[in-house]
Amino acid sequence: MSSIHLTAAEMASALSKGEVSSVELTKEHLDRIALVDGKINAFLYVDSEGALTQAEAIDKKRAKGGELSPLAGIPIAVKDILAQKGIPTTAGSKILEGWRPPYDATVISKLKAAGVVILGKTNMDEFAMGSSTENSAYGTTQNPWDLSRTPGGSSGGSAAAVAAFEAPLAIGTDTGGSIRQPAALTGIVGVKPTYGGVSRYGVIAYSSSLDQVGPFGRTVLDTALLHEAIAGHDERDSTSINAPVPQVVAAAKRLDVKGMKIGVIKELSGSGFQAGVSARIAESLELLVAAGAEIVEVSCPNFEYALAAYYLIAPSEASSNLARFDSMRYGIRIGDDGSRGAEEVMSATREAGFGKEVKRRIILGTYALSSGYYDAYYGSAQKVRTLVKQDFEKAFAKVDVLVSPVTPTTAFKIGEKSSDPVAMYLSDIATIPVNMAGIGGMSLPVGLAEEDGLPVGLQIMAPLMQDDRFYRVGATLEAALLAKWGKPILSNAPDLAAQK
Amino acid sequence: MAAISRDDVAHLAKLARIEMLPEELDHLATELGQILGAVARVQEVATSNIAPTSHPLSMSNVFRDDVVKPSLTNEEALSGAPAKVDDRFKVPQILGEE
Repeated sequence: MSSIHLTAAEMASALSKGEVSSVELTKEHLDRIALVDGKINAFLYVDSEGALTQAEAIDKKRAKGGELSPLAGIPIAVKDILAQKGIPTTAGSKILEGWRPPYDATVISKLKAAGVVILGKTNMDEFAMGSSTENSAYGTTQNPWDLSRTPGGSSGGSAAAVAAFEAPLAIGTDTGGSIRQPAALTGIVGVKPTYGGVSRYGVIAYSSSLDQVGPFGRTVLDTALLHEAIAGHDERDSTSINAPVPQVVAAAKRLDVKGMKIGVIKELSGSGFQAGVSARIAESLELLVAAGAEIVEVSCPNFEYALAAYYLIAPSEASSNLARFDSMRYGIRIGDDGSRGAEEVMSATREAGFGKEVKRRIILGTYALSSGYYDAYYGSAQKVRTLVKQDFEKAFAKVDVLVSPVTPTTAFKIGEKSSDPVAMYLSDIATIPVNMAGIGGMSLPVGLAEEDGLPVGLQIMAPLMQDDRFYRVGATLEAALLAKWGKPILSNAPDLAAQK
Repeated sequence: MAAISRDDVAHLAKLARIEMLPEELDHLATELGQILGAVARVQEVATSNIAPTSHPLSMSNVFRDDVVKPSLTNEEALSGAPAKVDDRFKVPQILGEE
Protein backbone atom coordinates (compact mmCIF):
# COMPACT_ATOMS: atom_id res chain seq x y z
CA MET A 1 0.00 0.00 0.00
CA SER A 2 1.55 3.24 -1.16
CA SER A 3 1.88 6.14 1.25
CA ILE A 4 2.25 8.89 -1.33
CA HIS A 5 -1.37 10.02 -1.04
CA LEU A 6 -1.06 10.67 2.71
CA THR A 7 -0.61 14.22 3.98
CA ALA A 8 2.79 15.12 5.42
CA ALA A 9 1.23 15.16 8.90
CA GLU A 10 -0.10 11.63 8.33
CA MET A 11 3.30 10.50 7.04
CA ALA A 12 4.92 11.93 10.18
CA SER A 13 2.51 9.98 12.32
CA ALA A 14 3.06 6.75 10.34
CA LEU A 15 6.84 7.23 10.66
CA SER A 16 6.69 7.75 14.40
CA LYS A 17 4.51 4.66 14.86
CA GLY A 18 6.91 2.61 12.76
CA GLU A 19 4.22 1.81 10.16
CA VAL A 20 6.54 3.01 7.43
CA SER A 21 10.24 3.90 7.27
CA SER A 22 11.69 7.01 5.71
CA VAL A 23 13.56 4.82 3.22
CA GLU A 24 10.26 3.21 2.13
CA LEU A 25 8.55 6.59 1.91
CA THR A 26 11.43 8.03 -0.09
CA LYS A 27 11.52 5.05 -2.47
CA GLU A 28 7.78 5.33 -3.07
CA HIS A 29 8.20 8.97 -4.05
CA LEU A 30 11.22 8.25 -6.26
CA ASP A 31 9.17 5.52 -7.97
CA ARG A 32 6.31 7.97 -8.47
CA ILE A 33 8.72 10.49 -10.02
CA ALA A 34 10.08 7.81 -12.34
CA LEU A 35 6.51 6.91 -13.31
CA VAL A 36 4.96 10.34 -13.95
CA ASP A 37 7.64 13.01 -14.25
CA GLY A 38 8.19 12.25 -17.93
CA LYS A 39 4.65 13.58 -18.40
CA ILE A 40 4.86 16.76 -16.33
CA ASN A 41 8.60 17.65 -16.24
CA ALA A 42 8.42 19.02 -12.69
CA PHE A 43 11.99 18.04 -11.75
CA LEU A 44 15.22 19.36 -13.25
CA TYR A 45 17.34 17.08 -11.08
CA VAL A 46 16.47 14.07 -8.93
CA ASP A 47 19.00 13.24 -6.21
CA SER A 48 17.99 9.62 -5.49
CA GLU A 49 21.26 8.76 -3.80
CA GLY A 50 21.32 11.82 -1.52
CA ALA A 51 17.66 11.35 -0.63
CA LEU A 52 18.08 7.68 0.30
CA THR A 53 21.21 8.44 2.33
CA GLN A 54 19.34 11.08 4.32
CA ALA A 55 16.35 8.75 4.75
CA GLU A 56 18.57 5.94 6.07
CA ALA A 57 20.22 8.31 8.54
CA ILE A 58 16.83 9.42 9.86
CA ASP A 59 15.59 5.81 10.17
CA LYS A 60 18.72 4.94 12.17
CA LYS A 61 18.30 7.95 14.41
CA ARG A 62 14.66 7.05 15.00
CA ALA A 63 15.56 3.44 15.81
CA LYS A 64 17.99 4.70 18.44
CA GLY A 65 15.22 6.79 19.99
CA GLY A 66 16.87 10.09 19.05
CA GLU A 67 15.03 13.42 19.20
CA LEU A 68 13.48 14.16 15.80
CA SER A 69 11.76 17.22 14.38
CA PRO A 70 8.13 16.94 13.17
CA LEU A 71 9.05 16.60 9.47
CA ALA A 72 12.02 14.25 9.92
CA GLY A 73 12.07 11.55 7.24
CA ILE A 74 9.51 13.24 4.99
CA PRO A 75 10.43 13.92 1.34
CA ILE A 76 10.40 17.38 -0.20
CA ALA A 77 10.98 19.00 -3.60
CA VAL A 78 12.95 22.26 -3.79
CA LYS A 79 12.76 24.99 -6.42
CA ASP A 80 16.00 25.13 -8.38
CA ILE A 81 16.68 28.69 -7.25
CA LEU A 82 18.04 27.64 -3.84
CA ALA A 83 21.73 26.79 -3.70
CA GLN A 84 22.34 23.24 -2.53
CA LYS A 85 25.89 22.12 -1.96
CA GLY A 86 27.16 19.81 -4.70
CA ILE A 87 23.77 19.60 -6.45
CA PRO A 88 23.26 21.24 -9.87
CA THR A 89 21.49 24.57 -9.37
CA THR A 90 20.39 26.44 -12.49
CA ALA A 91 17.54 28.84 -11.62
CA GLY A 92 16.09 27.56 -14.90
CA SER A 93 18.85 29.34 -16.84
CA LYS A 94 21.45 28.18 -19.33
CA ILE A 95 23.92 30.62 -17.85
CA LEU A 96 24.21 28.43 -14.73
CA GLU A 97 24.25 25.10 -16.58
CA GLY A 98 26.56 22.67 -14.78
CA TRP A 99 27.07 24.86 -11.72
CA ARG A 100 27.25 22.98 -8.43
CA PRO A 101 27.12 25.43 -5.51
CA PRO A 102 29.86 25.14 -2.89
CA TYR A 103 27.42 25.94 -0.06
CA ASP A 104 23.84 25.45 1.13
CA ALA A 105 21.15 28.14 1.26
CA THR A 106 19.96 28.66 4.85
CA VAL A 107 16.60 27.07 4.01
CA ILE A 108 18.43 23.98 2.69
CA SER A 109 20.54 23.83 5.88
CA LYS A 110 17.37 24.04 7.96
CA LEU A 111 15.67 21.29 5.99
CA LYS A 112 18.72 19.04 6.33
CA ALA A 113 18.98 19.75 10.06
CA ALA A 114 15.28 18.94 10.46
CA GLY A 115 15.86 15.58 8.74
CA VAL A 116 13.68 16.43 5.75
CA VAL A 117 14.59 14.30 2.71
CA ILE A 118 15.39 16.44 -0.34
CA LEU A 119 14.29 14.54 -3.45
CA GLY A 120 15.58 17.04 -5.99
CA LYS A 121 15.31 20.40 -7.67
CA THR A 122 12.24 21.61 -9.53
CA ASN A 123 11.64 23.47 -12.76
CA MET A 124 10.89 27.19 -12.87
CA ASP A 125 10.78 30.21 -15.13
CA GLU A 126 14.34 31.41 -15.70
CA PHE A 127 15.45 33.41 -12.64
CA ALA A 128 11.80 33.31 -11.46
CA MET A 129 10.76 35.66 -14.25
CA GLY A 130 7.45 34.35 -15.49
CA SER A 131 4.04 32.98 -14.58
CA SER A 132 3.96 29.66 -16.44
CA THR A 133 7.41 27.91 -16.38
CA GLU A 134 7.46 28.46 -20.15
CA ASN A 135 10.51 30.68 -19.65
CA SER A 136 12.61 27.80 -18.30
CA ALA A 137 15.65 26.99 -20.43
CA TYR A 138 14.93 23.32 -19.71
CA GLY A 139 11.41 22.93 -21.09
CA THR A 140 7.94 23.70 -19.75
CA THR A 141 6.30 21.94 -16.82
CA GLN A 142 2.82 20.54 -17.53
CA ASN A 143 -0.14 20.93 -15.20
CA PRO A 144 -1.10 17.54 -13.68
CA TRP A 145 -4.80 18.48 -14.09
CA ASP A 146 -4.44 18.92 -17.85
CA LEU A 147 -1.15 18.31 -19.63
CA SER A 148 -1.94 20.92 -22.29
CA ARG A 149 -1.99 23.65 -19.62
CA THR A 150 0.72 25.38 -17.60
CA PRO A 151 0.98 24.81 -13.84
CA GLY A 152 1.61 28.56 -13.44
CA GLY A 153 4.92 29.95 -12.33
CA SER A 154 7.48 30.79 -11.61
CA SER A 155 7.51 27.96 -9.00
CA GLY A 156 5.49 25.74 -11.36
CA GLY A 157 7.72 22.67 -10.96
CA SER A 158 7.34 22.68 -7.18
CA ALA A 159 3.56 23.10 -7.39
CA ALA A 160 3.17 20.39 -10.06
CA ALA A 161 5.34 17.97 -8.03
CA VAL A 162 3.09 18.34 -4.98
CA ALA A 163 -0.15 18.16 -7.00
CA ALA A 164 1.14 15.03 -8.79
CA PHE A 165 2.04 13.28 -5.50
CA GLU A 166 5.74 13.26 -6.40
CA ALA A 167 6.37 15.00 -3.06
CA PRO A 168 4.06 15.92 -0.18
CA LEU A 169 5.84 19.24 0.33
CA ALA A 170 7.85 21.71 -1.72
CA ILE A 171 9.76 24.96 -1.45
CA GLY A 172 9.11 27.87 -3.79
CA THR A 173 9.85 31.56 -4.01
CA ASP A 174 7.36 34.36 -4.54
CA THR A 175 8.31 37.77 -5.94
CA GLY A 176 4.97 38.75 -7.47
CA GLY A 177 2.87 35.62 -6.93
CA SER A 178 5.25 32.82 -7.90
CA ILE A 179 4.11 30.55 -5.04
CA ARG A 180 0.44 31.55 -4.76
CA GLN A 181 -0.39 31.56 -8.49
CA PRO A 182 0.95 28.02 -9.27
CA ALA A 183 -0.64 26.74 -6.03
CA ALA A 184 -3.98 28.10 -7.25
CA LEU A 185 -3.60 26.64 -10.75
CA THR A 186 -2.71 23.16 -9.45
CA GLY A 187 -5.17 22.90 -6.53
CA ILE A 188 -2.71 22.92 -3.65
CA VAL A 189 -1.84 25.27 -0.74
CA GLY A 190 0.96 27.80 -1.18
CA VAL A 191 2.14 30.52 1.17
CA LYS A 192 4.21 33.63 0.66
CA PRO A 193 5.35 34.45 4.20
CA THR A 194 5.85 38.02 5.41
CA TYR A 195 8.89 39.55 3.71
CA GLY A 196 11.93 38.77 5.88
CA GLY A 197 10.13 35.86 7.58
CA VAL A 198 12.27 33.23 5.84
CA SER A 199 15.97 33.70 5.04
CA ARG A 200 16.94 34.51 1.45
CA TYR A 201 20.60 33.56 1.99
CA GLY A 202 21.63 31.28 -0.85
CA VAL A 203 18.51 32.05 -2.88
CA ILE A 204 19.46 33.39 -6.31
CA ALA A 205 18.17 36.97 -6.23
CA TYR A 206 15.65 38.36 -8.71
CA SER A 207 14.10 41.41 -7.05
CA SER A 208 15.53 41.70 -3.57
CA SER A 209 12.90 43.99 -2.04
CA LEU A 210 10.13 41.59 -3.15
CA ASP A 211 11.59 38.04 -3.16
CA GLN A 212 10.43 35.66 -0.43
CA VAL A 213 10.86 31.91 0.09
CA GLY A 214 7.81 29.92 1.15
CA PRO A 215 6.13 26.51 1.49
CA PHE A 216 3.77 24.40 -0.64
CA GLY A 217 1.65 21.54 0.73
CA ARG A 218 -1.58 19.69 -0.03
CA THR A 219 -3.15 20.83 3.24
CA VAL A 220 -2.99 23.96 5.37
CA LEU A 221 -1.48 22.05 8.29
CA ASP A 222 1.27 20.50 6.13
CA THR A 223 2.11 23.93 4.76
CA ALA A 224 2.25 25.33 8.30
CA LEU A 225 4.60 22.55 9.45
CA LEU A 226 6.99 23.38 6.61
CA HIS A 227 6.61 27.13 7.21
CA GLU A 228 7.75 26.74 10.82
CA ALA A 229 10.63 24.49 9.78
CA ILE A 230 12.13 27.09 7.42
CA ALA A 231 11.22 30.41 9.09
CA GLY A 232 13.20 32.51 11.52
CA HIS A 233 15.96 35.06 11.82
CA ASP A 234 19.22 34.50 9.94
CA GLU A 235 22.25 36.67 10.52
CA ARG A 236 23.34 35.92 6.95
CA ASP A 237 20.31 37.77 5.53
CA SER A 238 20.31 41.42 6.57
CA THR A 239 16.62 41.74 5.66
CA SER A 240 15.62 38.81 7.85
CA ILE A 241 13.24 39.80 10.67
CA ASN A 242 14.66 39.35 14.15
CA ALA A 243 11.42 38.46 15.91
CA PRO A 244 9.63 35.26 16.94
CA VAL A 245 8.12 33.24 14.07
CA PRO A 246 4.30 33.50 13.96
CA GLN A 247 2.71 30.37 15.48
CA VAL A 248 1.32 29.07 12.22
CA VAL A 249 1.02 25.38 13.18
CA ALA A 250 -1.12 26.21 16.21
CA ALA A 251 -3.19 28.54 14.01
CA ALA A 252 -3.69 25.76 11.43
CA LYS A 253 -5.12 23.52 14.17
CA ARG A 254 -7.49 26.07 15.62
CA LEU A 255 -10.41 25.66 13.17
CA ASP A 256 -12.38 28.62 14.40
CA VAL A 257 -13.06 32.02 12.84
CA LYS A 258 -15.86 33.22 15.13
CA GLY A 259 -15.90 37.00 15.32
CA MET A 260 -13.16 37.47 12.72
CA LYS A 261 -13.65 40.24 10.21
CA ILE A 262 -12.83 39.29 6.65
CA GLY A 263 -12.42 42.05 4.07
CA VAL A 264 -13.31 41.47 0.43
CA ILE A 265 -11.29 43.75 -1.84
CA LYS A 266 -13.72 45.47 -4.18
CA GLU A 267 -11.06 46.14 -6.83
CA LEU A 268 -10.11 42.45 -7.00
CA SER A 269 -13.54 41.07 -7.82
CA GLY A 270 -16.21 41.18 -10.49
CA SER A 271 -15.34 41.93 -14.09
CA GLY A 272 -11.93 40.71 -15.18
CA PHE A 273 -12.32 37.48 -13.22
CA GLN A 274 -13.55 34.24 -14.81
CA ALA A 275 -17.15 33.45 -13.76
CA GLY A 276 -16.22 30.04 -12.34
CA VAL A 277 -13.49 31.65 -10.25
CA SER A 278 -15.86 34.27 -8.82
CA ALA A 279 -18.49 31.60 -8.07
CA ARG A 280 -16.09 29.49 -5.98
CA ILE A 281 -14.87 32.57 -4.10
CA ALA A 282 -18.46 33.61 -3.30
CA GLU A 283 -19.23 30.10 -2.05
CA SER A 284 -16.13 30.21 0.22
CA LEU A 285 -17.28 33.48 1.73
CA GLU A 286 -20.66 31.89 2.54
CA LEU A 287 -18.90 29.03 4.32
CA LEU A 288 -16.81 31.50 6.33
CA VAL A 289 -19.96 33.39 7.34
CA ALA A 290 -21.55 30.11 8.39
CA ALA A 291 -18.44 29.49 10.52
CA GLY A 292 -19.01 32.76 12.34
CA ALA A 293 -16.92 35.28 10.40
CA GLU A 294 -18.15 38.67 9.32
CA ILE A 295 -17.63 39.80 5.72
CA VAL A 296 -16.88 43.47 5.06
CA GLU A 297 -16.25 45.05 1.67
CA VAL A 298 -13.14 47.22 1.55
CA SER A 299 -11.66 49.39 -1.17
CA CYS A 300 -8.01 49.50 -2.19
CA PRO A 301 -8.14 52.10 -4.96
CA ASN A 302 -4.42 52.11 -5.73
CA PHE A 303 -4.14 48.39 -6.43
CA GLU A 304 -4.91 49.08 -10.07
CA TYR A 305 -1.47 50.71 -10.34
CA ALA A 306 0.40 47.94 -8.52
CA LEU A 307 0.97 45.77 -11.58
CA ALA A 308 2.51 48.66 -13.52
CA ALA A 309 4.72 49.59 -10.56
CA TYR A 310 5.81 45.97 -10.15
CA TYR A 311 6.92 45.72 -13.77
CA LEU A 312 9.20 48.69 -13.17
CA ILE A 313 10.53 47.79 -9.71
CA ALA A 314 11.20 44.10 -10.32
CA PRO A 315 13.04 44.57 -13.66
CA SER A 316 15.03 47.47 -12.18
CA GLU A 317 16.22 45.36 -9.26
CA ALA A 318 16.80 42.43 -11.62
CA SER A 319 19.00 44.48 -13.93
CA SER A 320 21.23 45.13 -10.93
CA ASN A 321 21.05 41.64 -9.36
CA LEU A 322 21.75 39.80 -12.61
CA ALA A 323 24.92 41.82 -13.22
CA ARG A 324 26.63 39.13 -11.15
CA PHE A 325 26.35 36.69 -14.05
CA ASP A 326 29.50 37.93 -15.69
CA SER A 327 31.12 34.60 -16.70
CA MET A 328 34.14 35.24 -14.49
CA ARG A 329 33.60 33.25 -11.27
CA TYR A 330 30.94 30.64 -12.03
CA GLY A 331 28.51 29.64 -14.75
CA ILE A 332 29.21 29.30 -18.45
CA ARG A 333 31.71 31.39 -20.44
CA ILE A 334 31.28 31.95 -24.17
CA GLY A 335 33.78 33.29 -26.71
CA ASP A 336 36.93 33.28 -24.60
CA ASP A 337 39.27 32.55 -27.51
CA GLY A 338 42.17 34.71 -26.36
CA SER A 339 41.38 37.49 -28.82
CA ARG A 340 38.49 39.04 -26.93
CA GLY A 341 38.55 41.20 -23.83
CA ALA A 342 36.57 40.51 -20.65
CA GLU A 343 33.75 42.87 -21.59
CA GLU A 344 33.21 41.19 -24.97
CA VAL A 345 33.26 37.73 -23.41
CA MET A 346 30.83 38.92 -20.76
CA SER A 347 28.45 40.30 -23.40
CA ALA A 348 28.66 37.17 -25.55
CA THR A 349 28.03 34.95 -22.51
CA ARG A 350 25.01 36.96 -21.37
CA GLU A 351 23.60 36.93 -24.91
CA ALA A 352 23.91 33.14 -25.12
CA GLY A 353 23.08 32.38 -21.48
CA PHE A 354 19.98 34.48 -20.84
CA GLY A 355 16.57 33.73 -22.33
CA LYS A 356 14.21 36.20 -23.98
CA GLU A 357 12.19 37.24 -20.94
CA VAL A 358 15.30 37.74 -18.81
CA LYS A 359 16.87 39.96 -21.45
CA ARG A 360 13.61 41.86 -21.83
CA ARG A 361 13.48 42.57 -18.09
CA ILE A 362 17.16 43.49 -17.79
CA ILE A 363 16.81 45.98 -20.64
CA LEU A 364 13.55 47.37 -19.23
CA GLY A 365 15.14 47.75 -15.79
CA THR A 366 18.25 49.36 -17.24
CA TYR A 367 15.97 51.85 -19.01
CA ALA A 368 13.86 52.58 -15.91
CA LEU A 369 16.98 53.28 -13.87
CA SER A 370 18.81 55.36 -16.47
CA SER A 371 19.34 59.04 -15.95
CA GLY A 372 16.53 61.15 -17.38
CA TYR A 373 13.96 58.37 -16.87
CA TYR A 374 14.62 57.37 -13.25
CA ASP A 375 12.10 59.77 -11.67
CA ALA A 376 9.39 59.16 -14.26
CA TYR A 377 9.56 55.37 -14.02
CA TYR A 378 11.39 53.85 -11.05
CA GLY A 379 10.72 56.86 -8.80
CA SER A 380 7.01 56.89 -9.67
CA ALA A 381 6.78 53.14 -9.12
CA GLN A 382 8.23 53.55 -5.63
CA LYS A 383 5.56 56.12 -4.86
CA VAL A 384 2.86 53.71 -6.02
CA ARG A 385 4.39 51.22 -3.62
CA THR A 386 3.73 53.69 -0.80
CA LEU A 387 0.11 54.07 -1.94
CA VAL A 388 -0.41 50.28 -2.07
CA LYS A 389 1.02 49.94 1.45
CA GLN A 390 -1.33 52.65 2.67
CA ASP A 391 -4.31 50.93 1.05
CA PHE A 392 -3.46 47.76 2.99
CA GLU A 393 -2.96 49.69 6.24
CA LYS A 394 -6.35 51.38 5.90
CA ALA A 395 -8.03 48.06 5.08
CA PHE A 396 -6.38 46.19 7.96
CA ALA A 397 -7.58 48.93 10.35
CA LYS A 398 -11.09 47.59 9.65
CA VAL A 399 -10.57 43.84 9.17
CA ASP A 400 -8.41 40.93 10.40
CA VAL A 401 -7.67 39.42 6.98
CA LEU A 402 -8.32 40.35 3.36
CA VAL A 403 -9.43 37.95 0.63
CA SER A 404 -9.52 37.89 -3.16
CA PRO A 405 -9.16 35.37 -5.96
CA VAL A 406 -5.50 34.41 -6.48
CA THR A 407 -5.75 34.59 -10.27
CA PRO A 408 -8.20 36.05 -12.80
CA THR A 409 -8.58 32.65 -14.52
CA THR A 410 -7.90 28.96 -14.00
CA ALA A 411 -4.82 27.36 -15.60
CA PHE A 412 -4.20 28.65 -19.11
CA LYS A 413 -2.97 26.69 -22.11
CA ILE A 414 0.74 26.31 -22.80
CA GLY A 415 1.60 28.85 -25.49
CA GLU A 416 -1.57 30.89 -24.95
CA LYS A 417 0.19 33.93 -23.49
CA SER A 418 3.84 33.30 -24.21
CA SER A 419 3.98 35.70 -27.15
CA ASP A 420 2.23 38.55 -25.34
CA PRO A 421 4.23 39.70 -22.29
CA VAL A 422 1.59 42.19 -21.11
CA ALA A 423 -1.16 39.50 -21.13
CA MET A 424 1.14 37.17 -19.18
CA TYR A 425 1.89 39.91 -16.64
CA LEU A 426 -1.87 40.34 -16.01
CA SER A 427 -2.10 36.88 -14.45
CA ASP A 428 -0.29 38.33 -11.40
CA ILE A 429 -2.71 41.23 -10.89
CA ALA A 430 -4.15 39.98 -7.58
CA THR A 431 -0.93 38.66 -6.06
CA ILE A 432 1.47 41.55 -6.70
CA PRO A 433 0.10 44.05 -4.12
CA VAL A 434 1.06 41.60 -1.33
CA ASN A 435 4.73 41.62 -2.40
CA MET A 436 4.72 45.41 -2.80
CA ALA A 437 3.64 45.81 0.84
CA GLY A 438 5.78 42.93 2.13
CA ILE A 439 2.86 41.22 3.87
CA GLY A 440 2.11 37.49 3.74
CA GLY A 441 -0.56 35.68 1.76
CA MET A 442 -1.94 32.18 1.23
CA SER A 443 -3.47 30.48 -1.78
CA LEU A 444 -6.09 27.93 -0.72
CA PRO A 445 -7.82 25.59 -3.19
CA VAL A 446 -11.56 26.26 -2.93
CA GLY A 447 -13.00 24.05 -5.65
CA LEU A 448 -13.20 23.66 -9.41
CA ALA A 449 -14.51 26.18 -11.90
CA GLU A 450 -17.70 24.87 -13.49
CA GLU A 451 -16.80 25.80 -17.05
CA ASP A 452 -13.48 23.92 -17.20
CA GLY A 453 -13.22 21.69 -14.12
CA LEU A 454 -9.92 23.28 -13.09
CA PRO A 455 -8.88 24.39 -9.58
CA VAL A 456 -9.59 27.85 -8.17
CA GLY A 457 -7.53 29.51 -5.44
CA LEU A 458 -8.67 31.90 -2.73
CA GLN A 459 -6.05 34.38 -1.58
CA ILE A 460 -6.03 35.20 2.14
CA MET A 461 -3.81 38.09 3.27
CA ALA A 462 -2.80 39.32 6.73
CA PRO A 463 -0.76 42.25 8.10
CA LEU A 464 3.04 42.06 8.46
CA MET A 465 4.16 39.18 10.73
CA GLN A 466 0.55 38.07 11.36
CA ASP A 467 0.90 35.05 9.06
CA ASP A 468 -0.89 32.91 11.65
CA ARG A 469 -4.14 34.68 10.74
CA PHE A 470 -4.33 33.31 7.19
CA TYR A 471 -3.48 29.82 8.46
CA ARG A 472 -6.37 30.07 10.93
CA VAL A 473 -8.85 31.22 8.29
CA GLY A 474 -7.44 28.84 5.66
CA ALA A 475 -7.65 25.76 7.89
CA THR A 476 -11.20 26.58 8.96
CA LEU A 477 -12.37 27.02 5.38
CA GLU A 478 -10.45 23.92 4.26
CA ALA A 479 -12.30 21.83 6.88
CA ALA A 480 -15.68 23.27 5.82
CA LEU A 481 -14.93 22.55 2.15
CA LEU A 482 -13.76 19.01 2.89
CA ALA A 483 -16.96 18.36 4.83
CA LYS A 484 -18.95 19.60 1.85
CA TRP A 485 -17.01 17.64 -0.80
CA GLY A 486 -16.42 14.47 1.21
CA LYS A 487 -12.99 14.04 -0.42
CA PRO A 488 -9.89 16.15 -1.09
CA ILE A 489 -9.83 18.34 -4.18
CA LEU A 490 -6.90 16.45 -5.76
CA SER A 491 -8.98 13.26 -5.92
CA ASN A 492 -10.73 14.94 -8.87
CA ALA A 493 -7.49 15.21 -10.86
CA PRO A 494 -6.97 12.69 -13.68
CA ASP A 495 -4.84 9.60 -13.08
CA LEU A 496 -1.45 10.71 -14.38
CA ALA A 497 -0.05 7.20 -14.68
CA ALA A 498 -2.83 6.36 -17.15
CA GLN A 499 -2.27 9.48 -19.28
CA LYS A 500 -0.44 9.42 -22.56
CA MET B 1 3.22 56.41 -25.18
CA ALA B 2 6.95 56.22 -24.71
CA ALA B 3 8.66 55.61 -28.02
CA ILE B 4 11.82 53.61 -27.80
CA SER B 5 14.10 53.34 -30.77
CA ARG B 6 16.33 50.58 -31.99
CA ASP B 7 19.34 52.75 -31.12
CA ASP B 8 18.01 53.22 -27.58
CA VAL B 9 17.82 49.45 -27.17
CA ALA B 10 21.32 49.04 -28.60
CA HIS B 11 22.62 51.54 -26.05
CA LEU B 12 20.79 49.82 -23.18
CA ALA B 13 22.08 46.43 -24.30
CA LYS B 14 25.61 47.81 -24.26
CA LEU B 15 25.10 49.17 -20.74
CA ALA B 16 23.69 45.81 -19.64
CA ARG B 17 26.56 43.93 -21.35
CA ILE B 18 24.34 41.85 -23.59
CA GLU B 19 25.52 41.43 -27.17
CA MET B 20 22.34 41.54 -29.23
CA LEU B 21 21.59 40.50 -32.78
CA PRO B 22 20.01 43.14 -35.06
CA GLU B 23 16.67 41.30 -35.19
CA GLU B 24 16.59 41.09 -31.39
CA LEU B 25 17.06 44.85 -31.19
CA ASP B 26 14.12 45.48 -33.52
CA HIS B 27 11.89 43.05 -31.70
CA LEU B 28 12.75 44.46 -28.26
CA ALA B 29 12.24 48.06 -29.37
CA THR B 30 8.63 47.23 -30.30
CA GLU B 31 8.00 45.17 -27.15
CA LEU B 32 9.55 47.69 -24.79
CA GLY B 33 7.41 50.41 -26.33
CA GLN B 34 4.30 48.34 -25.54
CA ILE B 35 5.43 47.49 -22.01
CA LEU B 36 6.42 51.07 -21.23
CA GLY B 37 3.05 52.21 -22.55
CA ALA B 38 1.39 49.90 -20.02
CA VAL B 39 3.60 50.71 -17.04
CA ALA B 40 3.71 54.50 -17.56
CA ARG B 41 0.36 54.56 -15.71
CA VAL B 42 2.30 54.85 -12.46
CA GLN B 43 2.82 58.53 -13.33
CA GLU B 44 -0.94 59.19 -13.02
CA VAL B 45 -0.88 58.92 -9.22
CA ALA B 46 2.78 59.48 -8.30
CA THR B 47 2.46 63.07 -7.15
CA SER B 48 5.30 65.03 -5.53
CA ASN B 49 3.79 64.84 -2.02
CA ILE B 50 4.13 61.05 -1.80
CA ALA B 51 7.28 59.59 -0.26
CA PRO B 52 8.81 56.71 -2.21
CA THR B 53 9.03 53.22 -0.65
CA SER B 54 12.15 51.29 -1.55
CA HIS B 55 11.64 48.38 0.80
CA PRO B 56 8.73 46.81 2.72
CA LEU B 57 10.38 46.89 6.14
CA SER B 58 11.99 49.90 7.75
CA MET B 59 15.37 48.56 8.73
CA SER B 60 18.78 49.99 9.38
CA ASN B 61 22.08 48.49 8.37
CA VAL B 62 23.05 45.29 10.12
CA PHE B 63 26.63 45.01 11.29
CA ARG B 64 28.55 42.26 13.00
CA ASP B 65 31.82 42.30 14.86
CA ASP B 66 34.84 42.15 12.59
CA VAL B 67 35.82 38.62 13.58
CA VAL B 68 37.01 35.95 11.17
CA LYS B 69 34.44 33.16 10.80
CA PRO B 70 34.61 29.89 8.88
CA SER B 71 34.02 30.44 5.18
CA LEU B 72 34.59 28.72 1.84
CA THR B 73 38.03 27.28 1.18
CA ASN B 74 39.96 28.58 -1.78
CA GLU B 75 39.22 25.35 -3.61
CA GLU B 76 35.47 25.60 -2.93
CA ALA B 77 35.35 29.23 -4.02
CA LEU B 78 37.05 28.31 -7.29
CA SER B 79 35.02 25.14 -7.85
CA GLY B 80 32.62 26.79 -10.32
CA ALA B 81 35.15 28.93 -12.15
CA PRO B 82 34.98 28.72 -15.96
CA ALA B 83 38.80 29.01 -15.95
CA LYS B 84 41.41 29.13 -13.21
CA VAL B 85 45.15 29.31 -12.85
CA ASP B 86 46.88 28.21 -9.65
CA ASP B 87 44.50 29.34 -6.94
CA ARG B 88 43.01 32.26 -8.79
CA PHE B 89 40.19 32.99 -11.25
CA LYS B 90 41.48 33.28 -14.79
CA VAL B 91 39.68 35.99 -16.74
CA PRO B 92 40.04 37.42 -20.25
CA GLN B 93 42.02 40.61 -20.70
CA ILE B 94 40.38 43.45 -18.76
CA LEU B 95 42.37 46.53 -19.80
CA GLY B 96 42.71 47.58 -23.45
CA GLU B 97 46.06 47.68 -25.27
CA GLU B 98 48.24 50.53 -24.06
